[in-house]
Amino acid sequence: MTPATRTFRENTRTALGDAKLAKALSGLPTGLVAQRAAAKARVPEFETLRTAARDIRDHTLANLDAYLSAFADKAEAAGVRIHWAADAAEARTVIAHIALERGARLVAKGKSMISEEIALNAYLETLGLEVFESDLGEYLVQIRNETPSHIIVPAIHLSRDDVEADFRRHHTHLPPDRDLATPEALVAEARAVLRARFLAADIGITGANFLVAETGSAIIVTNEGNGDLSAHLPKTHIVLASIDKVVPTLSDAATLLRVLARSATGQDMTAYTSLLTGPRLDTDPDGPGECHIVILDNGRSEMLRSGLGEALRCIRCGACLNHCPVYNAIGGHAYGWVYAGPIGAVLTPAFLGADQASDLPSASSFCGKCEEVCPVRIPLTGLMRTWRERSRATSGSRLQRWTLAAWSFVARRPRLYHAATRVGIAMLSAFGRSRGAFRRLPFARGWTASRDFPAPQGRTFQQLWNERERGVPR
Amino acid sequence: MQPRVGLFVTCLVDLMRPSVGFAAARLIEQAGCTVVVPHGQTCCGQPAYNAGDRKSARELARQTILAFAGCDFVVAPSGSCAAMLRLHYPALFKGQSDAEFEAKAFAERVHELTDFLANVRGQTASDARFEGRVVHHDACAGLRELGIKSAPRRLLSSVAGVELVEAPETTACCGFGGLFSVKYPEVSTAIADRRIADLTSTAPDLVTAGDLGCLMHLAGRLRRTGNPLPCRHIAEVLAGELAEPPIAGSAGETAP
Repeated sequence: MTPATRTFRENTRTALGDAKLAKALSGLPTGLVAQRAAAKARVPEFETLRTAARDIRDHTLANLDAYLSAFADKAEAAGVRIHWAADAAEARTVIAHIALERGARLVAKGKSMISEEIALNAYLETLGLEVFESDLGEYLVQIRNETPSHIIVPAIHLSRDDVEADFRRHHTHLPPDRDLATPEALVAEARAVLRARFLAADIGITGANFLVAETGSAIIVTNEGNGDLSAHLPKTHIVLASIDKVVPTLSDAATLLRVLARSATGQDMTAYTSLLTGPRLDTDPDGPGECHIVILDNGRSEMLRSGLGEALRCIRCGACLNHCPVYNAIGGHAYGWVYAGPIGAVLTPAFLGADQASDLPSASSFCGKCEEVCPVRIPLTGLMRTWRERSRATSGSRLQRWTLAAWSFVARRPRLYHAATRVGIAMLSAFGRSRGAFRRLPFARGWTASRDFPAPQGRTFQQLWNERERGVPR
Repeated sequence: MQPRVGLFVTCLVDLMRPSVGFAAARLIEQAGCTVVVPHGQTCCGQPAYNAGDRKSARELARQTILAFAGCDFVVAPSGSCAAMLRLHYPALFKGQSDAEFEAKAFAERVHELTDFLANVRGQTASDARFEGRVVHHDACAGLRELGIKSAPRRLLSSVAGVELVEAPETTACCGFGGLFSVKYPEVSTAIADRRIADLTSTAPDLVTAGDLGCLMHLAGRLRRTGNPLPCRHIAEVLAGELAEPPIAGSAGETAP
């Protein structure tokens, strides 16, 4: 997808003016947020688990080369072909090559944010392949030619009415007068349409939540079972995973799974947790005849090297999005690329370049809710601050940068600060004191466009305090 | 001998609302301490720090640490500035052994006002009076970085006449976020509207908070939307310093 990160400011305004989007997002506090809180409350050791999960991720990232090669050895021993891809283009080429070599025409896709990251579907389509998304939410955005607006709830921006209209428009082979009034009817229709396609697919492509070095297994968690169908029904299964997905042992994976579903949807476990280890054996009743795992770097090694490694702890639960006041106000599409919310504000500049996405890390009130809920304790505000440091020279308007520089200059000189603020505050107060607030301030339009600016009381505290100390009556 | 408390008044209180500073000073004195206001203080450096200007932030940190030498405690009527002094100053000097040590020693003496009054000085009584329903907004830095939640409520409950009410969303951000409020004014305001809807659902007579930034943002939005609900810094209510009009209120509206 073409990034729309450079128009982030305009995107936020468009999103804020979208009443339908606001309505769709308004369910978050009573939905995913409340469900997570309830799930956490059922596990007294949840905070300890978060710490354990963080430590597993940190240990793995610190020894990433060793665990990746251990994983590759085990997976190859189980009959998997491992493909290393340095960047998006390499990953796309490898996958396209596998598909074309086998004369594939139809590809079943499990949900994979990394496939969004490398724009896989569009690439395969240019080669004449037909790709269908099998996760319901991904399917909904696919038939609308949209992109996911949330890591785990791709179609969170859509309403039931949207879905009904899209199905009527898209599923033209079905009777136009069919009843689609209930969510159940919509799900049943999607299931019937997708089931036929699963059976016809030549290739299945899925992501992986974890790659287990101990066993060479890829773990996928889903609630619809579509990952399993994508992996098992077609003759060829391709797993697309990034280098940070590796975990040392099954036991480590179990710890991470305990925090993943609870943080994401408030479930104790997802409906399906599948460990996929190699292609079908002769003794297996089903499974793919061959299995490939594409392991993608795409800038992650550089993130590790450049002090952003903590972001690679992420297990893509989406909790930081659900709890973020900014995400709750503008939704995912406004962020302009694949990853939204606080984690998106940290990842996107790394993947696209700071110059492409410098506005994202500054779009946070630093309220800290994201860090409070992150299952692997990513210091998201700290990482956003790191990006702010790196793009300081270009972030915000020139006036804002100049004002801040002037403020820092004055604040570092207490005598100048006292002299300047006395005069400035007295003047400001003289204009606004009687009304109590300003409706308009020429140098603070950003504030006064939507808020009154409270008038200062007239003199500075330090001025008044000094006078009191000297015995001048207040 | 009474502990010597340096009042880090914060630049917002210094410039915009000195009555909060006097209220804070009175409360600290009532808690059996001597208050000093070092001249060398200006801004804690958080705007620079959060805008990615570590150099300026570090210089302001050095200046502040130096200004408060000789104080047993440093108390700020702001969770946000207190968190800057307490948590981020040491982080700014990480790896610079002497400076980091000094910043840590300084940080240990820093407290947000209500935390200091309730937890360090064990204040449980108040001679102030306020008749009405009060909803307290927890500013994010104080709440999440410093864990301040019960202290302001315990203190407010000790004020005669106060009926403390809780908003349904007890930990929601108001959307201020310092420079965020002017960098993304529309988003900031949208978050404010949601927070205001939540706070006003309790039918309060007054909104309090421990941070003037959040309060100016909330009060400015309330006033713009024609909502007369007054906002005050918690120190004003605790100290009974209610002579000044509420934040963004005109001279006529002194009460409450």
